[in-house]
Amino acid sequence: MKFIVEILNSIRSLNVRQLLSQAITIGLIMSTALMIWKGLICVSGSESPAVVVLSESMEPGFQRGDMLFLRMTEEPIRTGEIVVYNVDGRSIPIVHRVIKVHEHRDTGEVDVLTKGDNNLADDRSLYAHRQLWLHRHHIVGRAVGFLPYVGWVTLIMSEMPVIKYLVIGALGLFVMAKD
Amino acid sequence: MHTFWYRANAVLTFAVTILAVICGMASLSDNFNFPSPHAHVQVLNINWFQKQPNGNDEVSLTLNISADLQSMFTWNTKQVFVFLAAEYESPQNSLNQVSLWDGIIPSKEHAKFSIHTTNKYRFVDQGNNLRGKAFNLTLHWHVMPKTGKMFADKIVMTGYRLPEDYR
Repeated sequence: MKFIVEILNSIRSLNVRQLLSQAITIGLIMSTALMIWKGLICVSGSESPAVVVLSESMEPGFQRGDMLFLRMTEEPIRTGEIVVYNVDGRSIPIVHRVIKVHEHRDTGEVDVLTKGDNNLADDRSLYAHRQLWLHRHHIVGRAVGFLPYVGWVTLIMSEMPVIKYLVIGALGLFVMAKD
Repeated sequence: MHTFWYRANAVLTFAVTILAVICGMASLSDNFNFPSPHAHVQVLNINWFQKQPNGNDEVSLTLNISADLQSMFTWNTKQVFVFLAAEYESPQNSLNQVSLWDGIIPSKEHAKFSIHTTNKYRFVDQGNNLRGKAFNLTLHWHVMPKTGKMFADKIVMTGYRLPEDYR
């Protein structure tokens, strides 16, 4: 493992000035990532502008590991749109299609019913106990764009933490060893 | 500077960039497709029409839906999701949209169809406003791409009316 020895040697030969400049590099990388994410939140208006599909309920349109881009605007919610919603008491957001909308004349509030394209029944069984409709505050965003397979990176990392630590470790070494 | 790892990194970055550009171009190319869909829907029969115990009106319809959505398909189209919704106003609600039927069209060969069906989802009102109600039937479609931006549009068909009495 000549490569690893070389890296270790280069770490050992670091002086303080180099170490500080590398700390700044790492900080820059991390803050850039954070800025991109927060920037996306501002542009999309949604608190989670990109989500990864976790289940098979929207097959064959969306498969496990596909990535969706969300937007949340003031526009009213209409049937056919694919929305991401949270149910009270459930931590994982759900990506399903709107099949029914009732918009109240006096308050402007909407009653929304959703269903997964690949599911036989509508989502009432997924909602909170005795909940018949979703309302606007449940909805995080509507899907506007689609990128296949990209989400597998996060799926693999969340399901196999070992790989996550390996990748982070390798990246860390790479940055440290940079001349 | 010219170690194996630097080169591997450069090649990987370049490959991902090219892939992203190609995906972006594939999605942009959809903008040059101007679809010209046709649709025709007939309400063949009111199977039954009644007030549920909880006071909401419910109706069961038999529909004939024929449509030609072949022009939706481009090389970047994975599938087209198509659905028919009844849309009407009622005293409490400025808009009611009730999906009656939907289907997934996997390829261009299946995009010209004519089907005979009862409503797949229940046509239930919020309240009892359906007697004599005029409503629109709207055929919506949602084009799901292989990659990139999703498109949606619709054809509104007007002039449908439910009967004055329960049956």
